[in-house]
Amino acid sequence: MILAGCDGDRTWRLQDYVARGGYSALRKILAEKIPQDAIIAELKTSVLRGRGGAGFPTGLKWSFMPRSFPGDKYLACNSDEGEPGTFKDRDILRYNPHSVIEGMAIAAYAMGAARGYNYIHGEIFETYSRFEEALAEAREAGFIGRNILGSDFSFELFAHHGYGAYICGEETALLESIEGKKGQPRFKPPFPASYGLYGKPTTINNTETFASVPFIMNMGGEAFLNLGKPNNGGMKLFSVSGHVNRPGNYEIPLGTPFAELLEMAGGMRGGRKIKAVIPGGSSAPVVPGGVMMDCTMDYDSISKAGSMLGSGAVIVMDETTCMVKALERLSYFYFEESCGQCTPCREGTGWLYRVVHRIEHGLGRPDDLDLLNSVTTNIMGRTICALGDAASMPVQSFVKHFGSEFEYHIENKKCLVPPEVQRAGSQIYVSPSC
Amino acid sequence: MLSQESLQEIDREIAKYPPDQTQSAVMAALRIAQVEKGWLPKELIEFVARYLGMPPIAAFEVASFYNMYDLAPVGRHKITVCTNLPCALSGGVHAADYIKEKLGIDFNETTPDGKFTLKEGECMGACGDAPVLLVNNHHMCSWMTTEKIDQMLAELDKK
Ligand SMILES: Cc1cc2nc3c(=O)[nH]c(=O)nc-3n(C[C@H](O)[C@H](O)[C@H](O)COP(=O)(O)O)c2cc1C
Ligand code: SF4
Ligand code: FES
Repeated sequence: MILAGCDGDRTWRLQDYVARGGYSALRKILAEKIPQDAIIAELKTSVLRGRGGAGFPTGLKWSFMPRSFPGDKYLACNSDEGEPGTFKDRDILRYNPHSVIEGMAIAAYAMGAARGYNYIHGEIFETYSRFEEALAEAREAGFIGRNILGSDFSFELFAHHGYGAYICGEETALLESIEGKKGQPRFKPPFPASYGLYGKPTTINNTETFASVPFIMNMGGEAFLNLGKPNNGGMKLFSVSGHVNRPGNYEIPLGTPFAELLEMAGGMRGGRKIKAVIPGGSSAPVVPGGVMMDCTMDYDSISKAGSMLGSGAVIVMDETTCMVKALERLSYFYFEESCGQCTPCREGTGWLYRVVHRIEHGLGRPDDLDLLNSVTTNIMGRTICALGDAASMPVQSFVKHFGSEFEYHIENKKCLVPPEVQRAGSQIYVSPSC
Repeated sequence: MLSQESLQEIDREIAKYPPDQTQSAVMAALRIAQVEKGWLPKELIEFVARYLGMPPIAAFEVASFYNMYDLAPVGRHKITVCTNLPCALSGGVHAADYIKEKLGIDFNETTPDGKFTLKEGECMGACGDAPVLLVNNHHMCSWMTTEKIDQMLAELDKK
């Protein structure tokens, strides 16, 4: 859908998007003066759920905006993709930037917002530059700016470039960052729909969420829903990384069996055995490979397997992976990226990293697994934002499913998987198609 | 303190925000300043703060919060390699080890000739392209096999 008909770097321009039917939804809405409520109702019918991680129904979120509020209202697009394993928004912005612009323009119309920002992850400067070019094209053609397509609807859209802070993906940290401050999450409530950017009502959605909107408007909510399965409407991009033959993005209907997705990604590298999968970005609990092979890729099935669909980042690990080492790297990430505002997160992420680190390095103590569990319970639910939980869930799930590997480490002061096997399994690997 | 081109670029950033919200342009202004000068000395951050009419301390806070600002001098080419888990599974760590060996430096070190600084990076949102690395913050290199690393280092060495 979003990436259909896109030919890599060659077809991202306005004329290509229009040739694919782009901007027809916005055109129709403005020409027929479709009421705001009708747009939001269509989205509700589609059961589009936020693609940024939390899976919150988009139509419902849009209905929270005080449409009659007389002052400024804002839209923000969350392209601060930095959750390890997630790399879909970059492809949307590189290969189909106008779908995001059109989606945001429709959203602005539906919620009465006059200004929007797309917050783009720091490390992808080239993608940011391209999005700026796409904005210039859209402005020139009259799809954003004053009196769009001759109507009385005006919407200004700009890009804001991040500069290296995972936490700015959290929606209120993102707003702080646009305001020119440190990206530290705010207490909620108040929620952004009442107190957002510059203190004004604001709606934040993920890049893929916005990019889906024009397609939903064109095909209708019902048709979009039917692409997926009940309560899990539509198509979704899955970023597959790790030990597969063809890492990459795959856009498939929600509800597709995991086994099929794995097949699309070329199957397991070197024909090795699947050990574990993190199905929704590094913050999602890890799932043993066998359990995963029976899952379908949708919010409900993955949640039944004890994890989360999250951002749709599927990290595949084979039998050569040391689970302690894998967790050590993730725990370091959360420790490094904690914004330091709340004590349980700031101190807790440090504890988690240090304990996993010492287990990995042969200095683990017999009660370390209990210690890990008690640190996570002290973090969860006691922090301002969800990063605390995000740091805890991998620890809990790795210990739960692969506890014996951790115990082996502690007792024998070495990995269950021999180091040379690990090294060989994670060699530099570039798929033949790249 | 900054060139006319840089100031014009900063002005374009300021124009993206409501007139009473010039502080919103601080991230971009610091980026533009760093591109021109290579890193962000104290005086430069103060200059940017004054230019935007915000307290210098607020600009320092921003410069130290975000990882891509360099508050100390770096080599002419800063190479940041992602070693986070998804990349590590496809050779991110091996690629970093290879660069360390070739340059004879560890993470957070600069070669004696001042040409290269090596950094360890977090997820860049490009895990499907592993191994990935950034050159001078703004240029991303994908699928970095040892041959491609050799080629890249040779090219940068000439610049
Ligand atoms: C630590 C943290 C990091 C996050 N990173 C991202 C991100 O990179 N991109 C994103 O869209 N949402 C991210 N989120 C979720 C956002 O807070 C928010 O829920 C989302 O942008 C809403 O958009 P959606 O409803 O369209 O998914 C993150 C949340 C947390 C707690
Ligand atoms: S939970 Fe962690 S990242 Fe989130 S606000 Fe608290 S300290 Fe910051
Ligand atoms: S883990 Fe390296 S780019 Fe995502």
